[in-house]
Formats: sequence, C-alpha cells, structure tokens
Amino acid sequence: MSEIVIVGAGPAGMAAAVAASSQPGTQVTVIDDNPRVGGQIWRNGDGSTSSWFDRLSQCNAKVLTSARVISGDSLNRSLAIEREGKVQSIPYSKLVLATGARELFLPFPGWTLPNVMGVGGLQALVKSGLPVAGKRIVVAGSGPLLLAVAAYLKNHGAIIPLIAEQASLRSLAGFTMGLLAHPNKLWQAFGLNPRFVGIPYFTDCWIEAALGSDRVQRIRLRQKASVWEEPCDFVANAFGFVANNELATLLGCSLESGAARVDKLQQTSITDIYCAGEAAGIGGVDSALLEGKIAGYAATGQTSYCSRLQSQLRKAKAFAGSLNKTFAPRAELRTLAQPDTIVCRCEDVTLGRLRTANSWRSAKLHERCGMGPCQGRICGPAAQFILGWEPSSVRPPIFPARLDTLLQENSVK
Amino acid sequence: MPDTNLTVNGTLISVKEGTTVAAAVLISGVPSFRRSVTGEPRGPLCGMGICYECRVSIDGEPHARSCQIVCRSGMQVVTV
Repeated sequence: MSEIVIVGAGPAGMAAAVAASSQPGTQVTVIDDNPRVGGQIWRNGDGSTSSWFDRLSQCNAKVLTSARVISGDSLNRSLAIEREGKVQSIPYSKLVLATGARELFLPFPGWTLPNVMGVGGLQALVKSGLPVAGKRIVVAGSGPLLLAVAAYLKNHGAIIPLIAEQASLRSLAGFTMGLLAHPNKLWQAFGLNPRFVGIPYFTDCWIEAALGSDRVQRIRLRQKASVWEEPCDFVANAFGFVANNELATLLGCSLESGAARVDKLQQTSITDIYCAGEAAGIGGVDSALLEGKIAGYAATGQTSYCSRLQSQLRKAKAFAGSLNKTFAPRAELRTLAQPDTIVCRCEDVTLGRLRTANSWRSAKLHERCGMGPCQGRICGPAAQFILGWEPSSVRPPIFPARLDTLLQENSVK
Repeated sequence: MPDTNLTVNGTLISVKEGTTVAAAVLISGVPSFRRSVTGEPRGPLCGMGICYECRVSIDGEPHARSCQIVCRSGMQVVTV
C-alpha cells in the first residue's frame, strides 16, 4: 500500500488529502500542529468554502491534529512528530508539504508590547474565542488581509478607527486597473462591501510606534508629513506573508524566493516530495486549493486530472503575483526600527546589537539572534528585510521539542 | 454550548467551549503572558503557534503555547 503523508491541514493539505484518497489502495495521513483542521484561513471551521471539511472527513484520510513535525529524513523517508508528549516516527512513500505561511512582522518601537499582534494573529485569537466587542483596534501593515480582518473585527463589534495601508495610492491605483482582468476579485481584494462604510482606509500610512506601559494604549501613525496618535486596545499589524519553508529546507528541497521550488506537478527538487500552497510560494487560498489537488493527484499517479487544474492555477498565480507586487513593503519601513528596538523577541536582541554583526550566522553566534524558541521564524525575515541577510541552514529539531521527545526520537532511529 | 471553567493566576473564569488558553488569558484581563529575557511583558503575536510569545504554565507544565491549546475544565493557567 502506498503511504501518502501530508504535512499541514489548511486548504492545500485538505485538497491534497481528498485528491490522493480518491486513488484506491492509498493510505493518506494528514498531520497538523493546530488543534483542528482548516489551517489559519479556515481556523475553527470559518469560511464559506467549508465543503472541504466534509470532503476531508468523508475521505479515508487519517488526520492527526495537535501533532508537530520536529524532524524529517528524505533518505529514510520518515518524519518524526511530537504528539501528546510522545514522539512517533511516520514513514512515507510520498510526502506533500502544505506547511503554509506566517505573517511578516517588521519591527518598530513598541511592537513587543502586549496586544500588538499580527493581522491574521489577532483574527486567529478572535476565532479562538477572544471577544472584541467595543474594543478599539487599529488594523495596519499591508495587503488585502487588512480589509478582510477589519471587516471581520467590525462584524464582531470592534471599533476600527482606521486601516493603515503602507502601499502607495499610486501602486494601488495601478493594481485596481489590473484588476479589471479579474473582476470577481475586486470585491474580495478591496472589500467593496457595505460593511466597509465607516472604516477609513489610509494609503501611504503606517505605524511608527506603539506606546503604553504594560500593554499598548496608543500608537503613532505617519502618512507622508502628517504624524498623529490614535488610542487603541489592540493593534493588528503585519506586512504580508512568509512561506514556512523550514521542513522543506531540512529535507533538502531547493528554494526559490524563500519558498520550495516545484515543477508543474508540484514536485520539489527531491523526488516524491511535493509542496502545495503558501509553502510553495505566497498565492492565496485559490492557488492553495489548486496546488493541493495537483499534488494529491500527482503523488498517486492520477496526473490526467492535473492539466485542467494547471491552467486554472496559472491564472490564480498571475493574480497573486500582482498582489504581492502591489503590497510589497516599501523601503522606508527599514528605518522604523531604532537602535534600541528589539528585533529578536526570543532573545531580546536589539537592532543596534544586530548591526555589530555582518551576517545572519554571525548575529546568531555572537548576539544569539534567532537562537530562541521561534528559531528565527519571526526575526529572520525581519533581519532579511532590514539588513539584507540571507538565512542560514535549518537543523533538527525544527521546532522546540521536549528533551524526552528527543531521546525517544534517537531510540526510534 | 456548555462553558468551560478554569483558573488564570488563581482567578476562576468561565469561557465558551472551544476557547483557546490564549483567548482565556486575554478574557481574564491579564496583559502579560510571559516575561522576556530582559523582563519585558509579552503577549501573543502570531496566534498560530510559531512565535512562542504566548507561553504560559498549564497545570504546572511551563512553556505551553497557549494559542494552540484549547481550554479544559479545571485547567490551572499561570502567567508571569
């Protein structure tokens, strides 16, 4: 029996599982770190495309939630996962990486204060039970997610004084013209929706500082020459996404622009390892579903289903490409962090200390930057943006694991 | 749906079933989940188990990522 293992149960992983399970005689196992399937975009079953939840539960895939992959070996074709405090070795014949993305955070003074969160980060907390009715929340950073999350928070009773989008009006105007080729995206991308009435949308605008003592109480905003303060209870701030490429890197897959490089069948540079969704390049949910299906079919030899999906994917990717270009963070954001601003939140390494190093590796060795539990997932992309440093190699465990897990892992080997 | 009762720093709170520990801590009004290596107060950033800023102690076990753990009745959550 062919064993297909899928890492990640977001849209790409769910689609891959359903597609792979359609091949008789295939055992599909899906592994996800979160308590439930759906990934971040469909966290807690949110989202209108929830037919995928039914399709996943109706197919014969085995789903392991709250299970974290800590290591993998592409020669022996196995993964080590930690679940309920125990390590398990999971063998695979074919592997689909659908590890998704995280948000890009760019440091500014005060960004470490409690209640300053990511855009998707705050939304995830609200989806996980945090009430925000009556709370003042500034939504800032870059990308269409700002609009979606502002609408979501407002629907949950939050007061959104404004959305601060760093992209320029000029770049957005160019994008809107380009959108004519994708009219059905206009609504989604810009939330041309009555719910938005009443949320001012500021372009060329970003947060310069978050202020407060034990938590954020107000922020300082800049739009060109104007600088002003807004009181708030929460800040939702992020500048787009970064592919979660650590497992792909550990397994030896080649990267391209920070994501796993894949061929037309979503296969990575390592035979029998596929990658789909954001981990193969930031493309949004439509691309993720298509790539997941392609990977699931390809991994089970059902390539005849792929060509139609591939032409749909080309269109979805063209749209995602123009989005990524329009909302790419501008150079001025490199100057937001001050010498005393913390960049590495795990080890409290300031930008001033980082500037004494000349590479990511030397910053790790001499300043402990990226050596804490997040293993550079937050500060690495920030340092890359501010200082132009390329990240260095990945080593197991790719997530902090309990010592007894590591000992178990050795005995499993 | 039934509520789940747990304590945050000794104070009893009641949350909807399915609420994560991170949301419960914020509901309880506690702003700081952990102290950074230089003593700064910190709370959740990424909301998806990557940043490790939301670490708390649950039933005596330190360094639990509160955003990835669903509340259970009787849980004892401690922040610093």
